[in-house]
Amino acid sequence: MASNPYFSLAVLFVVALGFGLAPLGLARLWAIVFSPAKPNTVKNAIYECGLVSKGDAWVQFRSAYYLYAIIFLIFDVEAVFLLPFAVAFTGLGMAACAAMLVFVLLLVEGLAWAWAKGILTWA
Amino acid sequence: MAVDNELKIELGKQGVFVTTIEELYNWGRRSSVWPMQFGLACCAIEMIATTMARYDLARFGAEVFRPSPRQADLMIISGTVTKKMAPQVVRLYNQMGEPKYVIAMGACAISGGPFKQGYNVLKGIDRYIPVDVHIPGCPPRPEALIQAFMTLQKKIDGQSLTGADRPRHLDAEAQGEFPVPEPGEHDLEPTSNPGVWTVPVVIR
Repeated sequence: MASNPYFSLAVLFVVALGFGLAPLGLARLWAIVFSPAKPNTVKNAIYECGLVSKGDAWVQFRSAYYLYAIIFLIFDVEAVFLLPFAVAFTGLGMAACAAMLVFVLLLVEGLAWAWAKGILTWA
Repeated sequence: MAVDNELKIELGKQGVFVTTIEELYNWGRRSSVWPMQFGLACCAIEMIATTMARYDLARFGAEVFRPSPRQADLMIISGTVTKKMAPQVVRLYNQMGEPKYVIAMGACAISGGPFKQGYNVLKGIDRYIPVDVHIPGCPPRPEALIQAFMTLQKKIDGQSLTGADRPRHLDAEAQGEFPVPEPGEHDLEPTSNPGVWTVPVVIR
């Protein structure tokens, strides 16, 4: 086994793992042996601003927010590409303008699709 | 103490350093006290000044003001505690992990100060939570806060790991929950925590 070329790597791996885990284990041991845990409802409250905690930390957000974020991306990406396009507009050829038109139409199609699906009306 | 102090100094001269687990443990604890980022009134301005370059609280290992009570060891009550704010202060103190210490900074925090006669001012935060160091002043200068901090460090250093004066986090019997006062009809209810404060008897 010791003749295996990967043997030293394995030893190093075990030592490195021990180096990381030993302090954690010692700290845990110290806490268990010497430091008694004293949890209570006030201490374990989820909110840390001093006010009384209400509800749960695992809140669910409406999926409508997610759809809005996606639709926002349409305008976001469009702005990022349109600005340099507008700056370099006078020096661009026919092909570049056509490519940009296709790109914008693709995004407009996405928006039209969302509109048709009724996502833009807040339900 | 396992090693005689004179013997320790003598050994130190010879280049041999002797220590105990207790000393090492307390050295680590007192050199890394993290205060809570929490200011109540004008004293907070002095507290901020203490952490800045001129006074430099970082020399004592305490520059890391934590925004969460879960990560903090030290609560500096920096300013007037109104009766509206007191429940929040006590709740935050409850949420701090052990071991936790409190510095009552300034006249207001220790007694109500110039606003003591006010209907809405708590007459000292030590009515609800155990205070380790009181500093007078209105507001105390940054040097005073540093003095308080050094006093706290001395206190931490002097706490033995066993025996009656051991720190609270090593004591299973020590009070874990400090009741949070509720606003009552005329005053906070209860008006004080009997576990940490005894109502003084006025002799006329």
